[in-house]
Amino acid sequence: MKHIIIGTGVAGIAAIESIRSLHNQSDDITVLGDDPHGYYSRPGLAYYLTGEVLDKTLFPKKRADFINLNFKYKKARVTKIIRAEKKLELDDKTLLSYDKLLIATGASALPLTAHGANLEGVVKLDHLEDARRILKLAKRGKTAVVVGGGITALELTEGLRSRGVNVHYLLRGDRYWSNVLDEQESQIVQTRLQEEGVTLHFHSELIEVLGKSGKVIGVRLQDGRTLKCNILAYAIGIKPRMNLARDAELKLERGILVNEFMQTNDPNIYAAGDVAQVYDPITGRSILDSLWGVAREQGRVAGLNMAGQITPYIKSMPFNVTRLAGLTTTIIGTVGYGEDKDVLGIARGDSETWRQLPNAIVAQSGFDVNRLRILVGEKTFIGAVVMGDQTLSIPLQKIIANKIDISPIRDNLLSHNTKIADIIADFWSKQKMVEGNYATR
Amino acid sequence: MSLLKIFKRSAIRRTVLFAGHVVPDSSRCVQCGICSDNCPIEIDVRAYAWRGESINKNECLTCGECVARCPRGVLRFEKTDLFTTGEK
Ligand SMILES: Cc1cc2nc3c(=O)[nH]c(=O)nc-3n(C[C@H](O)[C@H](O)[C@H](O)COP(=O)(O)OP(=O)(O)OC[C@H]3O[C@@H](n4cnc5c(N)ncnc54)[C@H](O)[C@@H]3O)c2cc1C
Ligand code: SF4
Ligand code: SF4
Repeated sequence: MKHIIIGTGVAGIAAIESIRSLHNQSDDITVLGDDPHGYYSRPGLAYYLTGEVLDKTLFPKKRADFINLNFKYKKARVTKIIRAEKKLELDDKTLLSYDKLLIATGASALPLTAHGANLEGVVKLDHLEDARRILKLAKRGKTAVVVGGGITALELTEGLRSRGVNVHYLLRGDRYWSNVLDEQESQIVQTRLQEEGVTLHFHSELIEVLGKSGKVIGVRLQDGRTLKCNILAYAIGIKPRMNLARDAELKLERGILVNEFMQTNDPNIYAAGDVAQVYDPITGRSILDSLWGVAREQGRVAGLNMAGQITPYIKSMPFNVTRLAGLTTTIIGTVGYGEDKDVLGIARGDSETWRQLPNAIVAQSGFDVNRLRILVGEKTFIGAVVMGDQTLSIPLQKIIANKIDISPIRDNLLSHNTKIADIIADFWSKQKMVEGNYATR
Repeated sequence: MSLLKIFKRSAIRRTVLFAGHVVPDSSRCVQCGICSDNCPIEIDVRAYAWRGESINKNECLTCGECVARCPRGVLRFEKTDLFTTGEK
């Protein structure tokens, strides 16, 4: 059996590991990727920008790990999938044949379409090369303008700021990440950014990047204002890398459509990770995620199915622990709704599930910079945002994932001026005594 | 020495022997490497987090450096009962 995996991201690596876990040692695995650096931690790029880690730290696997997994690796870009012949064409025109193919090509930043977007000094944050370019520019640059939303725009802002660059962050609407965070949460993030010395501009839309001798010298906004800068960083959303699948006429929507076995409409071709839009038999919907943990699990399941062990992907409740303006924040389950003017479609470290808000009541408690928001459904919690103190984030993750019946504390939670953190902590300790530890899923 | 005191002393001894060990929640981990980078004795904490294995190594100083520095709340200490190590 010949397996080919396109992509050296976490989905691709997880697929190799799961194929090998089945002791099909005679199966041939070839991995193709066009990132010169292969496999590394993409979320870790944010910590590389701030200087918390060196770039060499971002590589999780050692040479020996790869040797143990026994696969062939070729640095190449795949240019075509020839389904009728079960072959791939590479950029050097080599042809490779496969029995089972995994497309794990990830997603890339939506390009900036404004005039001047190709000037030197216009940057995004997709991969390690981008991060290196940003750091190089930050050494010379004095001022940067950041546009966009979600986690990546903030990571760009904080990375540049921590390198001593003056940062102007432009937001189209009146607050940060409005389709996931509520007003107070946005406010907390904004205040902290301002304390770090970031200048925020609300209701501000970039319409042109200004340049001189091919380099960025400023931006012009819709209201006519101009701002001087030498760096323009953008994160306006991402789009799955679907060109190969589109040309091969696989079924697509916003991502490559796959069933619960991660299989496309061609039974020999699978897709996993940021590129895949995965059918969820429980809700009947197909969802796009851009989360490291989700990509890993989908890659693992795809690998098992490719190697003949039929295994359904069980969509776990999406959650992300991240740092927003220096504040640890966990986003669990469904927490917001609507659109964000700063992001078109989905952003990095984001999940569509977070925005599908059914009827729910919000219980919240906040003091100083610790804040807890819980979305209370009929009998269960639907989602939560935990900012600052993380004591309750793992219990909440489990209460939500396991759909634990919260009726005993529901009324209490929803009454005025209750300390919801105390109620939940107490509820959780009793739960643990009754039913033992819960698995995460 | 009264019997009660002896009991008490052995109870104290017991709690000392209850050491902690580092346990990861791998679904939160993004493999950034901050933990491994900061371990004073170069244990590859990140590899444990990837496999979802707790660090039962004798060398681990339980200094807590990795637990404190992980930006994603992946790592925590759990009590190990030295008398039953390995049976968890
Ligand atoms: C800056 C940043 C911050 C993030 N923050 C978070 C976070 O806080 N939390 C979180 O959960 N997730 C976060 N993410 C998202 C997370 O990293 C992704 O969900 C995850 O990496 C997806 O893995 P993947 O394997 O699907 O794709 P990728 O890691 O994107 O890998 C795709 C691979 O395919 C290769 N490829 C594409 N097309 C071709 C082709 N034609 N031929 C050959 N090779 C090809 C690429 O070179 C790449 O190696 C972040 C991502 C970034 C960039
Ligand atoms: S620091 Fe935390 S998130 Fe980063 S690799 Fe270690 S355990 Fe994983
Ligand atoms: S507790 Fe200390 S010694 Fe043990 S793995 Fe973590 S950093 Fe290393």
